Amino acid sequence: MRVHLTVNGRDETVDGVWEGESLLYVLRERMGLPGAKNACEQGECGSCTVYLDGLPVCACLVAAGQADGRRVRTVEGLADGGRLHPIQEAFVECGAVQCGFCTPGLLVQAHDLIERVGEPSDAEIREALAGNLCRCTGYEKILDAVRLAAARRGAARTGTEDRS
Amino acid sequence: MTAPVTAGRRYAGAALDRVEGLDKVTGRAAYAADHRPADLVHAVAVPATIARGEVVQVDVDAMLKRPGVVAAIWHGNAPRLATSDEELAVLQSRRVAYRGQYVAVVVAETPEDAREAARTLRIEYVAEEHDVILRADHPRAYRPENVNAGHPSDTGQGDPDAALAAAPVVVDEEYGTPAEHNNPMEPHATIADWHGDGLIVHEPSQNVSGLRATLASLFGMPPGHVHVVSPHVGGGFGSKAKTLPHTILAALTAKQVGRPVKLALTRRQLFVATGYRTPTVQRVRLGAEPDGRLIAITHDAVMQSSTLSEFTEQTAVPSRVMYAAPHRRTTHRVVRLDVPTPSWMRAPGECPGMFALESAMDELAIACGVDPVELRVRNEPAAGPESGLPFSSRNLVACLREGARRFGWAGRDPRPGVRRRGRTLIGTGVAASTFPALRAPSSATVRAEPGGRYTVRIAAADIGTGARTVLTQIAADALGTAPAAVTVELGDSALPPAPVAGGSMGTASWGTAVVRACEELAARLEAAGGTVPDGGLEVTADTGREVRAQERYSRHAFGAQFAEVGVDADTGETRVLRLLGVFAAGRVLNPKTARSQFIGGMTMGLSMALLEESIMDGRFGDFLNCDLAQYHIAAHADVRDVQAYWLEEEDPHLNPMGSKGIGEIGIVGTAAAIANAVHHATGVRIRELPIRLDKLVR
Repeated sequence: MRVHLTVNGRDETVDGVWEGESLLYVLRERMGLPGAKNACEQGECGSCTVYLDGLPVCACLVAAGQADGRRVRTVEGLADGGRLHPIQEAFVECGAVQCGFCTPGLLVQAHDLIERVGEPSDAEIREALAGNLCRCTGYEKILDAVRLAAARRGAARTGTEDRS
Repeated sequence: MTAPVTAGRRYAGAALDRVEGLDKVTGRAAYAADHRPADLVHAVAVPATIARGEVVQVDVDAMLKRPGVVAAIWHGNAPRLATSDEELAVLQSRRVAYRGQYVAVVVAETPEDAREAARTLRIEYVAEEHDVILRADHPRAYRPENVNAGHPSDTGQGDPDAALAAAPVVVDEEYGTPAEHNNPMEPHATIADWHGDGLIVHEPSQNVSGLRATLASLFGMPPGHVHVVSPHVGGGFGSKAKTLPHTILAALTAKQVGRPVKLALTRRQLFVATGYRTPTVQRVRLGAEPDGRLIAITHDAVMQSSTLSEFTEQTAVPSRVMYAAPHRRTTHRVVRLDVPTPSWMRAPGECPGMFALESAMDELAIACGVDPVELRVRNEPAAGPESGLPFSSRNLVACLREGARRFGWAGRDPRPGVRRRGRTLIGTGVAASTFPALRAPSSATVRAEPGGRYTVRIAAADIGTGARTVLTQIAADALGTAPAAVTVELGDSALPPAPVAGGSMGTASWGTAVVRACEELAARLEAAGGTVPDGGLEVTADTGREVRAQERYSRHAFGAQFAEVGVDADTGETRVLRLLGVFAAGRVLNPKTARSQFIGGMTMGLSMALLEESIMDGRFGDFLNCDLAQYHIAAHADVRDVQAYWLEEEDPHLNPMGSKGIGEIGIVGTAAAIANAVHHATGVRIRELPIRLDKLVR
């Protein structure tokens, strides 16, 4: 079957997709976007989290056909050209990245949280990211990174508003 | 002995950002399964559905008629391998040694076709009765010659039985830890590609030099014909340190079909043949004076291994190091069952062993009416309690004191079960941590370019620890340059051979080689008038002689962990409200990466205490809960407040950096601190992990 997607702002058409294929498979194996990771393939770990029409989903649980005609944004599409999003910078700066395998999914989930909530409380952060398992960091530095990115984004917004 | 490098130490100790961080936050970092060579076919390993017996026949012909199927291989048509290692002799025998052992592999053009073929492949077995449950009184338990890491199985001094019989205070209890699975976030995957008589393997590996040697030997070729590529490893915790059967299967299959093969294990398959922590049954006996001073310590541990190979975890070994006592004994017994072979999981030996010893110490503190921190201080040895060797440095007491201060331990009411906040019972607990500071021989090359850039080459592994970053800092200091001028290349078997990222000895081993290569390069540059020749200048160092000649010391890192828990009085739901660890681990080379290592280890210890347990199904002979929905690891919302601190520790007897390994000590003792806190909260002593609701609600 043929699937049309807008991925990270680009219109893409993929042919020969098998009906049982996941969105994750299409992204990784057919479109050369291996950023989203396959770590459980049954929606338990969050490593494959991507945006689908603006909502974070486990790409392993979305059939490719369900994504037809919709917008997808992956970790590869978080940066604005060469400029990293504050959440990406904060992950490196705070030491929230170790082996890096959970990182792409966590970044999308954390990106959604701060874009949606602004400056979430610690409890909100822990709850919102509870579906993204990490085996290395113990989560404390991920929490720090989300706090830092949210604060910076907030400050940047305020700055913009002040200027306008 | 060589003195530590002190001159120009500007970057070791600095909180440098992870050098590959940018690649990892943009999705550019390439892991093994991300690699897609042209003409790739997909292999799926077919697991045995019996726990013991023989494969009689595999219906290869029917399988080959299916569309898309390229090959189906089993013992009957597999190429022969040159090995006496039964674990790696994949498809070399009809025997089935455990349920899930690979008995065939199917190869197809697409992953779906391969998966479907594996599911429907008809295999005829003759099943035999199996035995998969570990018991301390198992009739086939025996004393292995050695246990993991080369320790003797049994040790003893004095007459512990008589001393225990006469001791004024005795603790004599049995403790148990379950089987646990490493579960790195990245599942194991192999892409094997033959070019003529050479083999390229993309594989997440903690030991590319070791994997190259094993593959070369199995396929009967010189090591130079095997190339293992592993630039990024998505976590390992020991499970990617040894050569595993699926890698052999992928290489063998690629050779047979003459095309590159991808064999990616699913999360469920990780629970079978990528190693796990053995369950343990441990008996600890402590005999003491009324003031808590130990007279006798015995620690007897029983573990399991497979019928294929003997792997015995060094569970009682930490009891040889921790506390002074004139009478002592440690023993290890192993039972060979029809189960997969257990292997290394973060702090093998120390982790389960210290759960037992440090729980028993808490019980002794209560029996003597002595504060648990004070009890440990009173039993501090002047030298290695069994080895008699001086400690190169030992700051357990300082860690306990500093931890108690930071945690607010002073004035703690020792009575159990008396603090309540609403429905929640509150308690606090403490336990000690320890891990050996080892070092293995390594080689490394450093190259200077005329423009002022340097490249360090070493077959080390960065499994998320920060090795690439810390080696960059170490090299920058040794060369007297900035980290930005240094590129570290690792994770490739074509680089100078280096030991495993395991045993918390990576940085000590690799760092020594990097320092020696840099020192030699700097000396040669100086001799050449400080000018790098047009073609560059390159130096290789090998630390074999230096490491073998090191002085005899007892070298260990120590730590103290404090936990506060809340237990729901009605449901038994246990939450770790606070975890605080203080460690003494030589010089910390990068506070940013180090803190994450400590906190990550402590969190895995929290996970061990409350959640992790692989349940063996006695009837079918495999682990029942083999995915992340059923095998729980701590999620973000399970963690409330984890803090790690360290003491400045100067130790001239370690290595040029003055560092001790920090990857494993964080998990050691955490579970005991939590179990001790649960006892303090509830009055219920949990001696068998994990601390589940049903064990607390009576």
